[in-house]
Amino acid sequence: MSAYIIRRILQMIPTLFGVMLLVFTLFTLVGGDPTYILAGKHLTAEVLANLRAQLGLDKTLPEQFMIFVRQVLTLDFGTSWSTQQPVSDIISTRIGPSLTLTGSMMIVDLLIAIPLAAAVAYFRGGLTDRIVTIACTVAMSISALVYIIAGQYFLAYRMEMFPVRGWGDSLLTNLLVYVPLPLLMGLMVSLGPDIRFYRSFFLEEMNHDYVRTARAKGLSEKTVMLKHVLRNAMIPVVTTVMMSLPFLMIGALVLESFFGIPGMGNEVVMAVNKSDFPVIKAVTIYIALATMLFNLLADLVYKLIDPRVQLK
Amino acid sequence: MTQDNLLSIRNLKVNFRLESGERFEALKGISFDIPKHRTVALVGESGSGKSVTSMAIMQLLPSNNTEVDPASEILFNGKNLLTLTGSELRAMRGKDVAMIFQEPMSSLNPVFTVGDQIAETLMLHAGLGRSAAKKRVVELLTEVGLPDPAKKAGAYPHQLSGGQQQRVMIAMAIACEPKLLIADEPTTALDVTIQKQILELIAKLQKKHGMSVLFITHDLGVVGEFADDVVVMRHGVIRETGTVKQIFDAPKDAYTKALLNCRPHLDRRPMRLAVIDDFLREGGYVEPAERQRGYLPDDEIILDVQGLGKSFESREGLFGKHVFHAVKDVSFKLARGKTLGIVGESGSGKTTVGLTLVRLHEATAGKALFHGKDILSMSPREFQDYKRRIQIIFQNPYASLNPRFTVGQILTEPMMLHDIGTNQHERLQMARELLERVGLPENAMFKYPHEFSGGQRQRIAIARCLTMKPELLICDESVSALDVSVQAQVLNLLQDLQDEYQLSYLFISHDLAVVKHISDQVMVMNKGEVVEQADADDIYLRPKQDYTRRLLSSIPQGWVNEAIVAA
Repeated sequence: MSAYIIRRILQMIPTLFGVMLLVFTLFTLVGGDPTYILAGKHLTAEVLANLRAQLGLDKTLPEQFMIFVRQVLTLDFGTSWSTQQPVSDIISTRIGPSLTLTGSMMIVDLLIAIPLAAAVAYFRGGLTDRIVTIACTVAMSISALVYIIAGQYFLAYRMEMFPVRGWGDSLLTNLLVYVPLPLLMGLMVSLGPDIRFYRSFFLEEMNHDYVRTARAKGLSEKTVMLKHVLRNAMIPVVTTVMMSLPFLMIGALVLESFFGIPGMGNEVVMAVNKSDFPVIKAVTIYIALATMLFNLLADLVYKLIDPRVQLK
Repeated sequence: MTQDNLLSIRNLKVNFRLESGERFEALKGISFDIPKHRTVALVGESGSGKSVTSMAIMQLLPSNNTEVDPASEILFNGKNLLTLTGSELRAMRGKDVAMIFQEPMSSLNPVFTVGDQIAETLMLHAGLGRSAAKKRVVELLTEVGLPDPAKKAGAYPHQLSGGQQQRVMIAMAIACEPKLLIADEPTTALDVTIQKQILELIAKLQKKHGMSVLFITHDLGVVGEFADDVVVMRHGVIRETGTVKQIFDAPKDAYTKALLNCRPHLDRRPMRLAVIDDFLREGGYVEPAERQRGYLPDDEIILDVQGLGKSFESREGLFGKHVFHAVKDVSFKLARGKTLGIVGESGSGKTTVGLTLVRLHEATAGKALFHGKDILSMSPREFQDYKRRIQIIFQNPYASLNPRFTVGQILTEPMMLHDIGTNQHERLQMARELLERVGLPENAMFKYPHEFSGGQRQRIAIARCLTMKPELLICDESVSALDVSVQAQVLNLLQDLQDEYQLSYLFISHDLAVVKHISDQVMVMNKGEVVEQADADDIYLRPKQDYTRRLLSSIPQGWVNEAIVAA
């Protein structure tokens, strides 16, 4: 087990190096010259040269790459080119709100989607199954923007159940006051596909022979579903969830901008628009690291719920 | 007489509603009895309704598309099981009537330990607490002969072998001392030596606990040694009922006779195997002459395998690795127009030998001289031509044909790859001829694999190989998944093709009777090594090695009249 974890961590080094090389090459090839964007209207040769020196762009590409490597090793990505804020400050202030929203959305989504998926799978082909399937298809076919605008107008503005937008300082206020409406809107979009996806996992498991054995033992349908089927169906669910966890970090751009949540989503889009290389580098590297770590974690969790898995 | 019956099935009719809206009559009003303390064998091929019968007793048929005729009765100790409420049924299942299934691996829940799964039954029906149940589990596992029962109780299903898994299923079934044990093809997925052990175990437990056993199987041969009564079914109808002696010594029904005869025999080898139609048509069946087998001195050797080896490496620890030798130092010769049978149990390496010869696995040692040229050391480009001349037919006719291709496409694709036939018209013409040759109608060209039965699919797979006019055909368990009557037809087809085209076969199988029937030479493998190799008749009459003797003694003998054995 520990040998496996050590080997997996060692394997991350070349992967991370590959990611760095890719980000660096892509940015230098197609990223354009950030000095033009930053210089704005004062576009003189002198200003440009100064900016280049300031950003380290006058150095050779291998030198620039070595700086990048050092930044990754120290996890210090310098200051943002556009706002001059330290990158670490940007990320540490922005990631909290994003995770508050996306994390709570994921938890609520799982809590609703899994039991519903199990229930519709159990009554497959019946009226319940059909109603839920139709509802899911309708819900997922409507654009998130429609939900947001309708939600803000009716639920927040007209009925005053929630604030229209905003963000507070304490986690509790945020969770209780500002998160519920965007959360609800996000769920309208995500629940449909998730329920249908998880339903297929349950259906798949219910056709297995061990379910017949469990019934032949005389177990009640509840025990068959909640003990025997559920644990097996959770295996693919865990995969899906684990793969999506790293992306919680980038936040939900649309929800954040409509509800005025100071999260990562806006920051990432702005960085890309302004060719703000330090921020892009930091976000990419953090996501790559998180993906690799969560993949490893996913494999360890598998081992926990599925004894057949062998970690080699 | 009626009070001696534990279970009486009266006029059981079961229909399935199909998605097309049609009804499929799975059971057309069957009646039979299971007496107390006796073993009744229910024998039939796929589609006979034998499993539907067992599932009907347990009331495990899918409720959303099953219709049981209201006049049907399944009387268990005088009570009609078909009228029980849900909770009465659950109290009966696993306690009064218990069941074991064909695939022990998939019938056990993979994520719970076997001990937990047995204890679950005990806690449910016998009201035992967790620790009492745990103790009883170890007793049960000891009773079914699982080695190291206390430790194995904490094992997960995949950590046990197939035979051990089936022992666990049996332990689970007898946990609450059921009055009736239903065994649905319990040994079909197991090796022959394991099959014998499991059959003996069921027979022993039946006597010890005074249970009745309903033993469901497609193989009459298995039944003879330990059933008391036999019920033969076909297409949802009972063809014949009788004691084992009646069924084996004096079968009345033509279908029963056919079933007894279409399995290859160990003591004789007819030119053609009997098929069901031989018995159902007028005039009855006349056994054809015997076929002589064996290599002759002047046979032309087309394949000469020398010291073939294949090993797999797996990681162990941080930097270590573990080497597993699947095949070690295997040598044999195959003559033109002859068949070499390779027999062995699971894990013997017999399939790996076949796969390395078509280079689906890369051999790690040895040579394979095909017409004097080593096909293992050739470049892929050189091997391309040999791919055509060496073809392989796999076990699973359901999984080895592309479901999105029509039969016409399946047959013409390899011809295109190997530049056989000048244009598509000519290739289609050849495909049609081959279909006719393997006994399929011409309109099969436009159908998809799922529209055919298992036997028909295997014919398609054979036709696909023949499109390339191969010289050597590797049959890897090619008839193992088929019903005995269909198996006989496919074996006859393979034999006809060999006689006609002088094909050489490498026939890989775990079924010793089938191998005896089709092979000129037989090679016995165990744990990757060759145990013994000789002409087919020699090896079966005069086995030299203990392992071969043990394999041969595990073959079900059918019903053996004890008087004859004693004399």
